[in-house]
Amino acid sequence: MKFGILVNEGPYQHQASDSAYQFAVAALAKGHEIYRVFFYNDGVNNANKLTEPPQDDRNVTRQWSTLAAQHDIDLVVCVAASLRRGIKAEILAPGFHISGLGQLIEAGIEADRVLVFGD
Amino acid sequence: MSDTQDEGRGIPKVKRFMLVNRKAPYGTIYALEALEVVLIAAAFDQDVSLVFVDDGVYQIRKGQQTKDIGQKNFSPTYRALGDYDIEKLYVERESLEARGLAADDLLVPVQVLGAVELGALMDEQDVVFSF
Amino acid sequence: MAVLHTTNKSPMQTRDLESCLRLSRPGSGILLMEDAVYGALKETAAGTMLSKTTKDKRIYVLGPDLAARGFTPEEVVPGVEVVDYGGFVDLAVKYHHVQAWV
Repeated sequence: MKFGILVNEGPYQHQASDSAYQFAVAALAKGHEIYRVFFYNDGVNNANKLTEPPQDDRNVTRQWSTLAAQHDIDLVVCVAASLRRGIKAEILAPGFHISGLGQLIEAGIEADRVLVFGD
Repeated sequence: MSDTQDEGRGIPKVKRFMLVNRKAPYGTIYALEALEVVLIAAAFDQDVSLVFVDDGVYQIRKGQQTKDIGQKNFSPTYRALGDYDIEKLYVERESLEARGLAADDLLVPVQVLGAVELGALMDEQDVVFSF
Repeated sequence: MAVLHTTNKSPMQTRDLESCLRLSRPGSGILLMEDAVYGALKETAAGTMLSKTTKDKRIYVLGPDLAARGFTPEEVVPGVEVVDYGGFVDLAVKYHHVQAWV
């Protein structure tokens, strides 16, 4: 089955991105496909490669980048939400790219299920 | 229901998208960003409905004046939704009543549904985005 | 079309679970995750309310979130099923769509 995932909160402040990540890992382990992960609202902060959590903490951004590289997952960051928050192409971590809200709607159309992780 | 039988014939798929708004405006950005999603969903010619439940009903309260909090008043956009063929606006009766509001207090025409009817409508969707 | 509802806030802090219960239909599944797992605990008003709901709605709680917060499945009200992330995925597949009460 194809899953679309919407992440509406930034890393660390809220569990949403962690929950979405754990869901994605479990879905892939069961042989499902992650059609796209769309980052919206403060969720766009998940794409910021400049984040440096303490060494004994998980690196949320790097986890997404690694998962995307391993499974060829499309990580899309909303352009309007990104511009509001200073998330520009030059600070995007590997695997993330900036695009429009149309990518979220397309995920809704193409995926079998869409899950929302938010506040 | 998705028109899966049209797949492969070049006819775009139409799904039922519902946006569920449960948060008040201005205190957080969710109401504004949900509105942007609605407009894009409609641009993709999807079957879009917009629902206001709990404090989400405050998003469409008449008379919003935001000048003194330094934020843009985006409430007029709800009145323009009809121009984008977004005509399915639903408000939960229980949420309105719990807040002492009536349909007359809202800035846009809506269908007021009880929780049972609205719940049935939620069940019929393909994609639910919650903000 | 049965729906999987997810809720992630403690019902002692917000009314998300209450709204979810009011608007979800018989046959729905409700997954308590993140801070919502507190709602599935015995001796809480929400837990008592949920144990009455299990006749017409299936209630699930995310085990990893429960464990992270120091609780065990034994402390969950009877009739509520504890699932892991893989179980969450299976539920998302089984139900027609997923609605988050964020």
